[in-house]
Amino acid sequence: MKVRVDVMLKTGVLDPQGEAVRHALGAMGFEGVEAVRQGKVIELEVADGTSEDTIREMCEKLLANTVIENYAVKVLG
Amino acid sequence: MRAAVIVFPGSNCDRDMAVAFRAAGAEVAMVWHKDDHLPDGTDIVGIPGGFSFGDYLRCGAIAAKSPISQSVVAHAGRGGYVLGVCNGFQVLTETGLLPGALMRNANLKFICKPVELTVASADSAFTSGYRKGQKITIPVAHHDGNYQVDEATLAGLVAEDRIAFTYQGNPNGSTADIAGVLSANRRVLGMMPHPERAADPAHGGTDGVAMFRSLAGALVTA
Repeated sequence: MKVRVDVMLKTGVLDPQGEAVRHALGAMGFEGVEAVRQGKVIELEVADGTSEDTIREMCEKLLANTVIENYAVKVLG
Repeated sequence: MRAAVIVFPGSNCDRDMAVAFRAAGAEVAMVWHKDDHLPDGTDIVGIPGGFSFGDYLRCGAIAAKSPISQSVVAHAGRGGYVLGVCNGFQVLTETGLLPGALMRNANLKFICKPVELTVASADSAFTSGYRKGQKITIPVAHHDGNYQVDEATLAGLVAEDRIAFTYQGNPNGSTADIAGVLSANRRVLGMMPHPERAADPAHGGTDGVAMFRSLAGALVTA
């Protein structure tokens, strides 16, 4: 089965890359972009029946650094 | 002093660190990341700079999960000494041996230059060769050296005198100008600047020598 993990910086953690993207959009003439946050999408192909707890353990131990990042797990089927 | 310098795929300051340890009188063993134990009698582990595992996922994240890292965590748990420089500092935060995280430099640029540091604490085997408040010049070379900690953790670091070095003229956006931090037992130091690159007159500076010498003095092999 396919699982998607979204990893995003926690609210309040400075995201210099997102800021650079926001500036670039402004420079290109796109107005009104108030904030950009950049994160990661990680797609996993795991054995059928792998529990969400196991996926969460993967996130806690490796895929996300929970000091600065939040993650969300979505089973794509 | 018996030092073990860890080598990950992508480490590139491992030999420099070994040279600096040896110059201070240490016996140095190079330890490959797939080894699952440190040499017997290791006093201090050096985790060098570089780009372990290509900085994939997050800087230091994959190295922190490699077999040898479990042994390094156990060594620290027994009260052993660990010095993590640059990528080594990133590895130490990823293992949880040191608090906080190292993020992309605030100006998004790779910074490679000598920087002036203030010795914020001389109360450790790493920093006892300096005076508190002393200004020293040590090179930095990093893209992800922006040290971030939450306010509560920062207050704890300050209260426990665990900030070892601060930047003069913060180059990367680090919280409270922090360039290096100590563990609670003061035996694990992580720092972004490279003391091993200021360890010989040919480097253009020798302000890093005092760190390796003070370690050698504190960790006399029995």
